[in-house]
Amino acid sequence: MRLSLGPLQYFWPKPRVLDFYRAATQWPLDIIYLGETVCSKRRELGTRDWIALAEQMAESGKQIVLSSLTLIESESELSGLNRLVQHGGFWVEANDLSAVQLCREQGLPFVAGPGLNVYNHQALALLVEDGLRRWVPGVEQGRQLVAELCGAYFSEAATLPEIEVIAWGRLPLAYSARCFTARALDIAKDQCKFRCIDYPEGMALTTREGQPFLRINGIQIQGEEITDLGPELGELRELGVDILRLYPQAEGMPEVVQRFDSARGTLLAPARAGGRNGYWHGEAGMRVGQTEPTVI
Amino acid sequence: MQLVCPAGNLPALMAAVDAGADAVYAGFRDQTNARAFPGLNFDDAELAKGIRYAHDRGSKLYLALNTYPDSARLGQWFAAIDKAAALGCDAIIAAEMAVLDYAARSHPDLPRHLSVQGSATTAPALRYAHDRFGISRAVLPRVLSLQQVERLCQKSPVPLEVFAFGSLCIMVEGRCQLSSYVTGASPNRHGVCSPARFVRWHEHADGSRSARLNGVLIDRFQESEPAAYPTVCKGRFEVAGEVFHALEEPTSLNTLSLLPQLLKAGVVALKIEGRQRGVAYVKSVTRIWRRAIDQLVRNPAEWQIPPAWQDTLSELAEGHQTTLGPYHRAWH
Repeated sequence: MRLSLGPLQYFWPKPRVLDFYRAATQWPLDIIYLGETVCSKRRELGTRDWIALAEQMAESGKQIVLSSLTLIESESELSGLNRLVQHGGFWVEANDLSAVQLCREQGLPFVAGPGLNVYNHQALALLVEDGLRRWVPGVEQGRQLVAELCGAYFSEAATLPEIEVIAWGRLPLAYSARCFTARALDIAKDQCKFRCIDYPEGMALTTREGQPFLRINGIQIQGEEITDLGPELGELRELGVDILRLYPQAEGMPEVVQRFDSARGTLLAPARAGGRNGYWHGEAGMRVGQTEPTVI
Repeated sequence: MQLVCPAGNLPALMAAVDAGADAVYAGFRDQTNARAFPGLNFDDAELAKGIRYAHDRGSKLYLALNTYPDSARLGQWFAAIDKAAALGCDAIIAAEMAVLDYAARSHPDLPRHLSVQGSATTAPALRYAHDRFGISRAVLPRVLSLQQVERLCQKSPVPLEVFAFGSLCIMVEGRCQLSSYVTGASPNRHGVCSPARFVRWHEHADGSRSARLNGVLIDRFQESEPAAYPTVCKGRFEVAGEVFHALEEPTSLNTLSLLPQLLKAGVVALKIEGRQRGVAYVKSVTRIWRRAIDQLVRNPAEWQIPPAWQDTLSELAEGHQTTLGPYHRAWH
């Protein structure tokens, strides 16, 4: 099984981003996704900087993939996407249909990111015709759905694309035209002064009785819980999952990568270190009702 | 410019047609559409009646098949498309690739509209749905500003329909997992956001009420406060020490004041949200928008909005308040 580092979902100062990825080239990762997937106003690294970073990191021997914005509204966002595709030297993680179409027109292989809706084998087959090489199931798709989809795909005697499952991190749940960080700070999005840079892992949102619930990250909403499919490693392997995706976090990322790297080398699944991903088991994504003990 | 109105059942369909809807949209009584609420929607016989009623009066009927089937259930969606064609629907409104592909191959003469759930916000995304599935219209997600809608009207390979009035999804449609994160039931897969079976109300001794969704506290209302249906995006939560509507207030979209610009931009159809609403809502909202469009087309120079129209629309809105939503930059 290979390990990937998913795209950075938060907004960090440029030096921090560069330090993070400089370190990441030394971690036991196979694939690194680079690029801004949440908000085009985040310009500590612009599209050109991300591409330059990708070129530089490709020398590490790891596969570098350029990730696209999940919600594209403006012409300038579209030209940013165009630049990623036109570069041609890297696969693109397509997080919306615009990216699929541009890759298709350009003949560029792409990864269907979790922002793209693929719920059945026929949709996947259509995307394979378009140039899809790897599929990251959406966050609400669990074990059964992935198993059924792969089964149905096989029965039509086709070769499956690679499958990459989100194994670690806060789940991206929703995107809006509105910036919720700006709203929380009572400032207008157009005058946001990039204040989300002050929240390296987003802003915590709790219910009125103090239950940790969601994370506000600009125009994106994440689940609060850092989900962990480490203990499910056995069934991921049985299902034929090729790649485990780990989402970047502000602290402790080398340890996260290390833990999954050790785990993939053994048949013994690691004890749970993060939250249980209910979606994977066909339930609500978050833990509702009874809780189970966590190790760390 | 066409007025497309919601029909959650036969009486609503008849009310919409009578009040001047150019088209109504409806769904089957199952999970093939995004308003799979108990007691709502049509069986085959009702739909046949509805189509006849609409056609006899010069209106069209569009069938919403806008959810996302998994592999095991694809056959059910395909069968629904076959039925839509056999019954004489004027178009299907779909979002999912395999559904659109099947419709294009099996019933090429049945027009296909890309649903709002298809999340196409750019010319290339629309080009994809047009190249791949031959769509003849697309419904835009409620994320674009008026200026962006205007530009897209010029660049889109197909005519565009936009939301004009009704409950406001503030997240990109078709890609919101907030409800399934809490309940496990998914709008995309099961056709319903915040299903009523997960909602619990508790009345407290001081007269206040709390609303929970699968046990998660979405909001608490004082005795004097109007209580809103608990959807995650319109609850009150605590962020940085403050309790407020962190995502959005209970409010409805109302673009009546933008009607001249939408017409000028070349938008071909306006959609009224609300298949879950009753006959009174459908009748009043359709009647106001019918008159607004007719008067604008007849005499653009003197077009204005009587205050009574806005008052009625606000009364029918969620939380009795309305917003221009994403069409207006300040909302973002």
